[in-house]
Amino acid sequence: MGQTLAEKVWASHVVHRAEGEPDLLYIDLHLVHEVTSPQAFEGLRAAGRPVRRPDLTVATEDHNVPTTLGPITDPVSRTQLEALKRNCAEFGIVHHERGKLGQGIVHVIGPELGLTQPGMTIVCGDSHTSTHGAFGALAFGIGTSEVEHVLATQTLPLRPFRTMAITVEGELPPGVSPKDIILAVINRIGTGGGQGYVLEYRGSAIEALSMEGRMTICNMSIEAGARAGMVAPDETTFAYLKDRPHAPQGADWDAALEWWRSLRTDPDASFDAEVVIDAAELTPYVTWGTNPGQSVPLGEAVPDPASFGDEDARQAAERALEYMDLRPGTSMREIAVDTVFLGSCTNGRIEDLRTAAEVLRGRRVADGLRMLVVPGSHAVRLQAEAEGLDQVFTEAGAEWRLAGCSMCLGMNPDQLSPQERCASTSNRNFEGRQGARSRTHLVSPAVAAATALRGTLSSPADLSEPAPREVSAR
Amino acid sequence: MMTPFTAHTGVGVPLRRSNVDTDQIIPAHFLKRVSREGFEEGLFSRWREDPTFVLNQPGYAGGSVLVTGPDFGTGSSREHAVWALMQYGFRVVVSARFGDIFRGNSGKQGLLTAEVAQPDVELILKHLENNPGAEVTVDLTERTVVAGDIHAAFQVDDYTRWRLLNGLDDISLTLRHADEIDRFESGRPAFTPRVTAATGEPGT
Repeated sequence: MGQTLAEKVWASHVVHRAEGEPDLLYIDLHLVHEVTSPQAFEGLRAAGRPVRRPDLTVATEDHNVPTTLGPITDPVSRTQLEALKRNCAEFGIVHHERGKLGQGIVHVIGPELGLTQPGMTIVCGDSHTSTHGAFGALAFGIGTSEVEHVLATQTLPLRPFRTMAITVEGELPPGVSPKDIILAVINRIGTGGGQGYVLEYRGSAIEALSMEGRMTICNMSIEAGARAGMVAPDETTFAYLKDRPHAPQGADWDAALEWWRSLRTDPDASFDAEVVIDAAELTPYVTWGTNPGQSVPLGEAVPDPASFGDEDARQAAERALEYMDLRPGTSMREIAVDTVFLGSCTNGRIEDLRTAAEVLRGRRVADGLRMLVVPGSHAVRLQAEAEGLDQVFTEAGAEWRLAGCSMCLGMNPDQLSPQERCASTSNRNFEGRQGARSRTHLVSPAVAAATALRGTLSSPADLSEPAPREVSAR
Repeated sequence: MMTPFTAHTGVGVPLRRSNVDTDQIIPAHFLKRVSREGFEEGLFSRWREDPTFVLNQPGYAGGSVLVTGPDFGTGSSREHAVWALMQYGFRVVVSARFGDIFRGNSGKQGLLTAEVAQPDVELILKHLENNPGAEVTVDLTERTVVAGDIHAAFQVDDYTRWRLLNGLDDISLTLRHADEIDRFESGRPAFTPRVTAATGEPGT
């Protein structure tokens, strides 16, 4: 019987296999950032172990960095960034510092540098490592003990994953984006639906996407509980990689291409589970609750907890509505936000900025609303500036920032105040994720931009109409 | 070397919530430390602001077995969540389903994640809610959770169980295969990328 894409990549990386033990898998690339690595380096030092392959390891600063110019004023953040710098110097690891060209969110710079390639195994102490699966790599987040393990051995003991096909067929309607696909997937299978699985996104709607779009989808696999998501590499993938700094050159390119082309699920392979989604039926999705599965199409209303058959889901919905200060039956389009955040490893790439800029061009954000635009990397920032997108954002009244994780998580100065409500292109609407007691609605870049203009959750299609009367949610 | 885990008896703490993500277990601003100590103060910090939260109830003081709804430990990969639970005093978490990364991190640190069927979790939750301070016994050899009259089986994978029972750490186990790692490395294709500082500038 044939193999799935994930099984092919897995099989080509098994170092040791024995009955009753996990497989020992070789790791081709280890991405490191400041938050989940200091205790791992400390462990190496305590045991007197070197980093086995510094040349397969790369570090960047992203979670803690301010996205404005000037020194890092938080002494604890500064200490953590200094620790990374010191650890990289001591163990011989290339480190992309704040203010330097290669710096950015770890999941944005890997692909940009051409380090993320099909058929590789890629890990990072960050759950959104699933992003790199967009290239047909097997990429997943690990904890700090595993970071230490990979630094010391360049391998990980792992149990094989089960496989799930997410097939999205058909053509996306105008205004519907990759973010809406993945929010719809999570809505369908739930935040635990992917646990223990590698998701393979396939079908004509996926094949039609750019690499940026595929990365957005794979990025949020973890929000469905899956450690990894993958898309089979194709001509779109190869064109993206060609001539990137770390992409193979000359004869190596040809050899790589031959291997990459074999990385497709065989026709006679079978998945352990399959979900089919009709692209034509999708609309922009927005979340109403406090996990990424609690979402509805933008045109619908806040659901009534009583409508959930499952007792557990009903209680979770009640708690979420209380936290979010929303009432059942309120139209999602009537919900007014204070802040719009465009950025993160989900939607901080050049294509996301272009989409939002197109909506904002020649318009102004709503009075009193704050919009932050944070490029995913220094390189994305420069590209956007070369295209004049920064002008579009600033002329619309948005803030144009430096690269970093920013408002995706409450770890750097970009945070929401208690009770502040945000339309965010990031990946998690957990309680307090964007700052203590903050309220998050996950949206696509196009919805983020339209929302910034109207002040209430909106899609670009709403822009020809006058904004609805602002209503307080409760 | 971890401390071996065979069986544990301690006060059970009922946390009646599902989808407890690792941002709730420990919010991001507590993750800035560069040492492994002091994370207990961040444990469920936002919920602990509420005086009625279970960890603030004197009846559950000194609790060491957390019993909770399904999908515990979803979201961020932060191992700090495991450190926070252990440094607070927890040795076991009982749930019907765990986030994959959280479960893996727990196994590395010696925090037992006992997967118990949801109907049994519900019975244990009720028992603990009705009897604050009641103890729960978790036996890794027998794979059982006992609380009052409730006897429930739990699942944990064989390899993790073996490592926990013996207190073995993964890096030492892997380094027994150093020769095989060397052999695998020598056969890797030449086109696989290497990180070098000299390699150009990123495009977009």
